[in-house]
Amino acid sequence: MAKILDLTQLKPGQKGIVIQIQGGAGLIRRLQTMGIRPGKNIIKISAQIFRGPQIVKVDNLQVAIGFGMARRVLVEVEE
Amino acid sequence: MRKILLMGNPNVGKSAIFSRLTGARVTISNYPGTTVEFTQGLLKLGDEKAAVIDVPGVYSLQPSSKAEEVAVQMLKEGDLVINIVDATNLERNLYLTLQLLESNIPVVVALNIWDDTKHRGIEIDVNKLEEILGVPVVPTCGLTGEGIHQLVMRLPEVKSPTYPVRSDKQRWQEIGEIVEDVQKLHHRHHTFLESLADLSIKSLTGIPIAIVVIFISFQIVRFIGEGLISNVFEPLFEYIWLPLMTKLSLFLGAKGFLHNILIGHLVNGEIDFGLSFGLLTTGLFVPFAMVLPYIFSFYLVLGLLEDWGYLPRLAVLVDNIMHRLGLHGFAIIPMILGLGCNVPGALATRLLEGRREKFIAATMMAIAVPCMAQIAMIVGLVGERGGQYLAIVFSVLFLLWFILGGILHRVLKGESPELTLEIPPYRIPQIFATIKKLWMRTKAFLIAAVPYVLLGILAVNILYTLKIIDFFARFFSPVLTGLWGLPPESISVLLVGFLRKDVAVGMLGPLNLTTKQLVIGSTILAIYFPCVATFIVLTRELGVKDMLKSALAMLFVVLIVGGILNLLLPVNF
Repeated sequence: MAKILDLTQLKPGQKGIVIQIQGGAGLIRRLQTMGIRPGKNIIKISAQIFRGPQIVKVDNLQVAIGFGMARRVLVEVEE
Repeated sequence: MRKILLMGNPNVGKSAIFSRLTGARVTISNYPGTTVEFTQGLLKLGDEKAAVIDVPGVYSLQPSSKAEEVAVQMLKEGDLVINIVDATNLERNLYLTLQLLESNIPVVVALNIWDDTKHRGIEIDVNKLEEILGVPVVPTCGLTGEGIHQLVMRLPEVKSPTYPVRSDKQRWQEIGEIVEDVQKLHHRHHTFLESLADLSIKSLTGIPIAIVVIFISFQIVRFIGEGLISNVFEPLFEYIWLPLMTKLSLFLGAKGFLHNILIGHLVNGEIDFGLSFGLLTTGLFVPFAMVLPYIFSFYLVLGLLEDWGYLPRLAVLVDNIMHRLGLHGFAIIPMILGLGCNVPGALATRLLEGRREKFIAATMMAIAVPCMAQIAMIVGLVGERGGQYLAIVFSVLFLLWFILGGILHRVLKGESPELTLEIPPYRIPQIFATIKKLWMRTKAFLIAAVPYVLLGILAVNILYTLKIIDFFARFFSPVLTGLWGLPPESISVLLVGFLRKDVAVGMLGPLNLTTKQLVIGSTILAIYFPCVATFIVLTRELGVKDMLKSALAMLFVVLIVGGILNLLLPVNF
């Protein structure tokens, strides 16, 4: 069964598909240039402690994004 | 002359290609944002010469950041674009490519980092990509020079593409189709480098690794720096240069104006390279035998860390801490560059988002991050009295760095922005490229520093001869003696410190200071003002108004910290 989580809720190693970015045009574009946009496969690599940056892998590249931003990225994961 | 623009996303190797095309020497590292200033060089195309411009990396042509605004501006003036594309990240890179094609400027695509595609299991059909895009596509490897010749050969072929302007959605859809068509991915196992890369970014293992990396880096810098000084440079000066200078000193009659300028003052009838302060004695000994070895070892280690790709990972690990200082993790990079020399550090503050972050980072760096030339001199001079005193100087600066950031973050309105940062894969540094970068930076130090060191030494001699120092000494003695407990003549140190910090630290030597005074003197020299070169760059980067505020902060901090140290440190220790 599919479930919808935000990026911070993913566990390291967990995969998903980006379905929505909840934010303004600026945030959407900033994440888009990093390769994060609806329809993309995404893998969480790790998360820094104390609500630090979340590291994810999209395409072939790892990117770090701040906790607040990561919370606005909704991902569909298979249970 | 035709203008060729090198454009592409950050960290795709534009500068490496630039350096291959023009033979110019530029800094290349493995993190986004190495190039913050435009660099221009010349390329011979048959009988014609063309100007090649290395444009800082952008993800798109929507002017949403300063770098993008400038890139759009430059695009209007260019005649041809070489679009550098990271072949290992085709999909993301093609967005800019499509936008370039839409702007109707002739484009050649260089599929860079081509050598990496094979072992990463990526297969790209170059001919097909060329067919779809309708412009020449050439696989290249900037670091080794592979494919550069073919790239240049195909420049004459280019013509303006006729691409209709599309919406964002259409672009991504088209990119999806292109990638589907030309790229095949093969499954393969994690390489050792990738596993190491993953370990160094998980918080559980990443933080211990960072501590080890930083510790080892410092040890190597110290080991090589000290080794070069005691095994190479000091013997050279002692056994070869000293006899020559002693002869010259005798020849000049051991005193007089010319003797004082060239050789300086004799200490117990002999030349002392640290204390004599002549152009040919201290003037050469300071830059070559005290500072150069540390510059060399620092930039060797920094270059390896940069090319390896460690710095962006460090930026992620310290992001949390940096947020408490009003910055985000990436701001650690200007600070690290500032440890080498504050000038490139100040330039790198451009990588930060807004005016507030630039101001905080620049002020923190100017006050609490001493450059390697200064560190080397402090290590030489204060270290002589004992390692614990060195520890005091650097702990005070380190603590000050945190306190300052914390205060600025509270006082200035606004929030620290969130980090978005590409984490490039680890790459084994190409020895040749690393050595070239080291040589460039070392040469830059020699060219920029030695004349100023000599000028500084000349200035000291003139100031003393004309008794100007006495005037300033009287004027400033309430602060110097009253507040900081330093002898009035130490004003000369602060005056020269504005010119060159290394010479200024060196000037503390002949003042016969107590250890307490030496510790205070070194610390306030690091804090009070950056050298004139940094000052100019900072003014350009921050604007006059913010620079004035920053300078006021520097004065304020130096008065307080000097005073506190004078109160707290025991007289004899």
